[in-house]
Amino acid sequence: MFDRPFAVEIITPEQTVLKVQAVSISAPGVQGGFQVLYGHAPLLSSLGPGKVQVQEEGGVTHVYATGGGFLEVRDNHVIAMLDSAERVEDIDVERARAARDRAAERLRKHDAHVDAVRAEAALHRAINRLRIAGVS
Amino acid sequence: MPTLREVRNRIVGVKKTQKITRAMKMVAAAKLRRAQGAVIAARPYARGMKALLQHLLPSMEPGTEPLLTARPVKTLAVVVITSDRGMCGAFNTNIMRAAQAHMATAMPDFRTSRSVRLFLLGKKGSDFFSKQQLPIAEKHPGFFNHLNSGEAAAVVRRLIDMYLRGEVDRVDLVYNEFKSVAQQRVIIEQFLPMVPEVGAHAADTHKGVDYIYEPSQKDIFSALLPRYLNFTFWKALLESNASEQGARMAAMENATENAREMIETLQLQYNKARQAAITKELLEVVSGADALKA
Repeated sequence: MFDRPFAVEIITPEQTVLKVQAVSISAPGVQGGFQVLYGHAPLLSSLGPGKVQVQEEGGVTHVYATGGGFLEVRDNHVIAMLDSAERVEDIDVERARAARDRAAERLRKHDAHVDAVRAEAALHRAINRLRIAGVS
Repeated sequence: MPTLREVRNRIVGVKKTQKITRAMKMVAAAKLRRAQGAVIAARPYARGMKALLQHLLPSMEPGTEPLLTARPVKTLAVVVITSDRGMCGAFNTNIMRAAQAHMATAMPDFRTSRSVRLFLLGKKGSDFFSKQQLPIAEKHPGFFNHLNSGEAAAVVRRLIDMYLRGEVDRVDLVYNEFKSVAQQRVIIEQFLPMVPEVGAHAADTHKGVDYIYEPSQKDIFSALLPRYLNFTFWKALLESNASEQGARMAAMENATENAREMIETLQLQYNKARQAAITKELLEVVSGADALKA
């Protein structure tokens, strides 16, 4: 039952990132992470920043860092529409660190020119990338 | 009749021009391929966004979401998307003409009443409208030199802020849509307040399915709205960019062809002039010899 495959699509504004038959996908829902297996009830969830993990039918696992998005499950077809999806192998740790420090610095300054919401979102994204890459 | 040397110089000149237009055509073709790829790659996401919106829209009570609620238009913001560079035929002229016509219909007294706000993306539109006495809210010459979604999102955020603060009551986009390499279509599209087209078939696919919503329909919808707007804007930019390259490629193709024709005519003229000169010289030699004989 748990290893029956279903269709998974991961799309971003730039491209279709992944389109495979998978046995499992886990995603960072805004109310907590969840996992989808074969036969899941229809679901529509918005996602926060975090880790999306897809386990393909043959065992290959894909891990992505995402900034958020939506996930829809219907008739054993999962579509994840993500703002961004970065393969964990492709995460540039140095750049993520620099982005994190920059965003933190901006928040500390409390400048009127600084868009606090934006800086905070950038900070979360950077921290998320680092966490998924397994460093800090 | 131009002299032999003059004709020869002109041929050389036209050939040089032809070389440039041909090179520009090649560059445009390469850029077009990339731009077109981006437009096509964005389609699944566009479809998904639209389906999601149509799915969630019926759950929204009318009047609760300001971005969806139309109000009387006292001030209209017009976002005009042009190119940074020229040499692309009527690409920019079409857009600027359409934008002006649109303002004239939507706001008949727009030239005197300051009832429009212009957002100009691309150098050509910025230059053109800067010369007119119209209130420009923002201009971004060079926007396409470093086209990136972050900057686009920043513009969208400012548009939304202006709309919510009541500084403008409607936002329209004017841009070229990429139909094919040789064809662009000027699109005038309402951006804010949002007018979601309700497609019958999309609604059907979701009918009768009992979804679990996490967190709630309303919350998902408010997460979707800014993304939808950002993406709509971004897509318009991609379309315009692809159209620009297509238009430039076509224009340069024409220019190269015209140059070829011109060279042909000039070459004929050159040959004729050369032939005439030889005949004349021959005649002089012969008549000179005749004179000696006599």
